[in-house]
Amino acid sequence: MSQASSSDAQLVARCRDGDQRAWEELVERFSRYVYAIATQAFRLAPDDAEDVFQEVFARVYEKLDTLRDDEAIRPWIAQLTRRLAIDRIRASGREQPSEDELEAPEASDTMATLDEALSVHEALAGLSENCREILDRFFARDESYRTIGEALGLPGGTIASRISRCLVKLRELYEGRNEPLGASSGRVHT
Amino acid sequence: MTPYDEQQLAKLLAALPPAPEGWVRAAQALPKARAELDTIVERALADEAYRAKVVADLEAAVRESGQEPDAARVAALRARLAENE
Repeated sequence: MSQASSSDAQLVARCRDGDQRAWEELVERFSRYVYAIATQAFRLAPDDAEDVFQEVFARVYEKLDTLRDDEAIRPWIAQLTRRLAIDRIRASGREQPSEDELEAPEASDTMATLDEALSVHEALAGLSENCREILDRFFARDESYRTIGEALGLPGGTIASRISRCLVKLRELYEGRNEPLGASSGRVHT
Repeated sequence: MTPYDEQQLAKLLAALPPAPEGWVRAAQALPKARAELDTIVERALADEAYRAKVVADLEAAVRESGQEPDAARVAALRARLAENE
C-alpha cells in the first residue's frame, strides 16, 4: 500500500534522476488509480485494461522529462489513462463515434470520485500501520474479518470495532486537510 | 452527520482496489526491461550475425536477456529494431 513518504513532485524528481526505487514507488502510488479509471470509468475488459495500464506507465516513463510541473503528475496520469482508454475502445470497434461520445456520460463523474478516492487513500498514510492495513484490507481488498484477523494476528471479534475506530481517525485526519466531501474542486481536467 | 461522513470515506476506500500484482510488477520492472532491450539492440547494431539471429527469433532473444517474452516485450523489441534499420 502506498505511503505518501514523499510528495508527488519529489518522487517525480527522483524518477527523473534514474532512481529505480522511486519508479517502483510511483507505480505503486498510482497503480490503483490507473486501474480504477480503466475498469470503472471506462469499463474496459481485463485484457484491454491491462494493455492500457502498461501503456500508461510506459508513456509516463518515456515522457516524464516533458512534464512541466512535477506536482501535476496526478492529473497528467488521469488524462493519459482517459485518452488511452478511449483509444482502446475506438480500436476495438466497439464504438466509432467522437471522443465525447466514446466517453460514457458517467465517466467524468467516476473520474472525479476516483480522484477524491485517491486523496482519501493517500490520507491513510497518516494513520498507524495497523489502521492502514485494517481499512485497506476490509474496504479496498474486500477481505473478511476472519482473514484480516489471521493476517494481522488479531482476534476476529475485535476487527469490526477496530475498523470503526480507524474510520473515525481517518475522518478526523481527512477533515483536517480537505474541504468537505462532495465539494470537490474537480482536480481532474478532462 | 458531519460533512466527512465515515460511510462516504468507506465507499471511497472501496473505490480503489489494488491492481493485479502482476500488472504492477511488470510496470515497476519497466526501466530494467528497457535497459535489457537497449542491450539487445546495441549488440544487434554492432553484430550483423547476432542481429539476424534476433530478427529470426525475437522471443528467444528476449528470453535470453532474462525477461519473459510476452507480447508487449517482443513488440517493443521489434519496434526498436525497426527504428534502427
